[in-house]
Amino acid sequence: MNELPVTIYTPESSLASPAKMLREMFADLSAGRELAWRLAVRDIQAQYRQAFLGILWAFILPVANTLAWLFLTGAGIVTVSSTSLPYPVYVFTGTMLWAIFMDALNSPLQQANAAKGMLAKLNFPREALIVSGIYQTLFNAGIKLALVLIAIAVLGVFPGWGALLIPFGVMSLILVGTAVGVLITPIGLLYSDVGKAVPLLMQFLMYVTPVVFPMPKEGWAATLFAVNPLTPVLVTARDWLTGQTPESLGYFLLVNLATVSLLLAVWIVYRLAMPILIERMSA
Amino acid sequence: MSETLIRVEGVSKKFCRSLKKSLWYGLQDLGREMTGQRHGGNGELRPDEFWAVKDVSFELKRGECLGLIGRNGAGKTTLLRMLNGLIKPDTGRIEMRGRVGALIALGAGFNPILSGRENIKVNASVLGLSKREIDAKLKEVIDFAEIGEFIDSPVQSFSSGMQVRLGFAVAAALESDILLLDEVLAVGDAAFRVKCFNRIQEIIKRCAVIFVSHSMPHVTRVCSQLLLLHRGKCLTHGSKLGQVVERYHEIMDTAITPSVEGSGKVQITSVVVLNGQKKPCSTLVHGEPFSIVIQGQFADDKLIRTPKLLISISDQEDTNVAQVYELLGTLNADKKFTVRLDLKIALFNAGRYWLTVNILVGDKGELACVIRRAATFTVQHDYVGFAPIILPSTTEVISGDGPP
Repeated sequence: MNELPVTIYTPESSLASPAKMLREMFADLSAGRELAWRLAVRDIQAQYRQAFLGILWAFILPVANTLAWLFLTGAGIVTVSSTSLPYPVYVFTGTMLWAIFMDALNSPLQQANAAKGMLAKLNFPREALIVSGIYQTLFNAGIKLALVLIAIAVLGVFPGWGALLIPFGVMSLILVGTAVGVLITPIGLLYSDVGKAVPLLMQFLMYVTPVVFPMPKEGWAATLFAVNPLTPVLVTARDWLTGQTPESLGYFLLVNLATVSLLLAVWIVYRLAMPILIERMSA
Repeated sequence: MSETLIRVEGVSKKFCRSLKKSLWYGLQDLGREMTGQRHGGNGELRPDEFWAVKDVSFELKRGECLGLIGRNGAGKTTLLRMLNGLIKPDTGRIEMRGRVGALIALGAGFNPILSGRENIKVNASVLGLSKREIDAKLKEVIDFAEIGEFIDSPVQSFSSGMQVRLGFAVAAALESDILLLDEVLAVGDAAFRVKCFNRIQEIIKRCAVIFVSHSMPHVTRVCSQLLLLHRGKCLTHGSKLGQVVERYHEIMDTAITPSVEGSGKVQITSVVVLNGQKKPCSTLVHGEPFSIVIQGQFADDKLIRTPKLLISISDQEDTNVAQVYELLGTLNADKKFTVRLDLKIALFNAGRYWLTVNILVGDKGELACVIRRAATFTVQHDYVGFAPIILPSTTEVISGDGPP
């Protein structure tokens, strides 16, 4: 009877005892797996059950985006410098990978908002929401990737041995997206402004990442593209996807390492913030 | 089996009245938390804040049940939410030993799109039960909740009663060490309530239970101690249930006012309750005689033939528990009258009661005057039951197994 788990709640910030906090974080992460899995399965089913076009929604947007850019360049409204890949392949892979990144970025806040009622009444590992979001992003990413691979094969581009590395590229996109998504969740739960501002910022970010434009060769824009930490992540993922040799592997690894530490940091913020947020959203 | 499972020491929580400020304070708290400072500052209130819970302390052992009572907004649910770790206390310390099962507010924290079965599994896995344990419990929960074939439909299609039933069934089946129950019995039907009661009494033996309810008969029936919250503060706390319940009724009194209806042919000017010594009194002792004195006047000089007096006595849940019916006979020609009604014995359970006085006139029984909650009295008794009337009885032990 003596080994009952003891839980203590005090006003002290859990940052005061970091070792204990880290232990609890990983314990909760593993305790929440089952819940995360169930939530993800259910959400995916519900998402496709309630929509007539079902699974098509996973890629309708990027396809439409690609078509728009093909039209803009084809009609000569926008001129794009030449790319090493056929331009349709370049745009299509870029927008698809970008869509995966956006999915990952939006999901933590979306999940938390959808689970507000549950958060206010049920004490469950809060990490389950993030993990459930990642599962869903992975599922949708799988569909997108399958479509991309088919489409570029039709256009005559094959990934070759690089295909084995595609999962790393995609995981890295999801990693960065999740880290940023978790970062904005605490404030996004308090103020809905955040949810509205994010698409705006992301739109801008997309144009300084080689999604639809190739990297500029010179000028301040080139510096901007080169410094943007999303560039190596997206470019490397595309290189593996299209069977090219990635050029900026060093920066790619650096960004991933940095993101892992960022994710750990924002995870701590997320945990610390939850009780405060729950108090405010039910008030 | 007598270890202390819940220890609450000087716990307080502040809330904010204005939404805008509340969000802003939330942001500030977030910043403080990130820099490792303690939550809630040094116990001072910021503008527009108030104490939702202030300085509450208690301990609860395995096998005990604490009833949390108080008016709406007294802080009961807030306290439960702190105990469940949903929100952080601003001061004090909470120590919980063992697994905690909680049923906080209606809907019980189910995910509306998941089916009943999935929700059971989710809740159980959150509590740390293994897959095998869950499967073993599943049937028991479904049977207890009487959900039947609905168990595989999404919870959002359940009626509120079904949701509460399922929530209670899950919480009760999970064999947690601590159980927090927030007004579970308010929704279920009578049959389910009986099942709940029996179940809670079973659970209490191996569990520490905190039970929030507005029904005094319910709390006195299951709880071993009561804690009365009023505006966040603990007014009284103890195992003398009768005294705490009395205090609760005093608080409730201030919120209830009499209402007057009727055709107005008769006006009642005062209703007074007298004790056994014929002294005006608001507290009666169970088993003693008491009286009711009614003063009133007729609206006009014309003699109203055969007025009838009907007094109903209701308990604090506004359920009529007793009534008195008297023909007043012909009152004298004077417009004013005073009537004293002597009642032989106060059979009531300990608690608070209200008098509703009706005067009927004419052959058809026209309601001339009705005063709801015209007077109130409290009954004291050593024993606190849950039925409104406690009958006097004697027993005789008849030995042997022959016919009585």
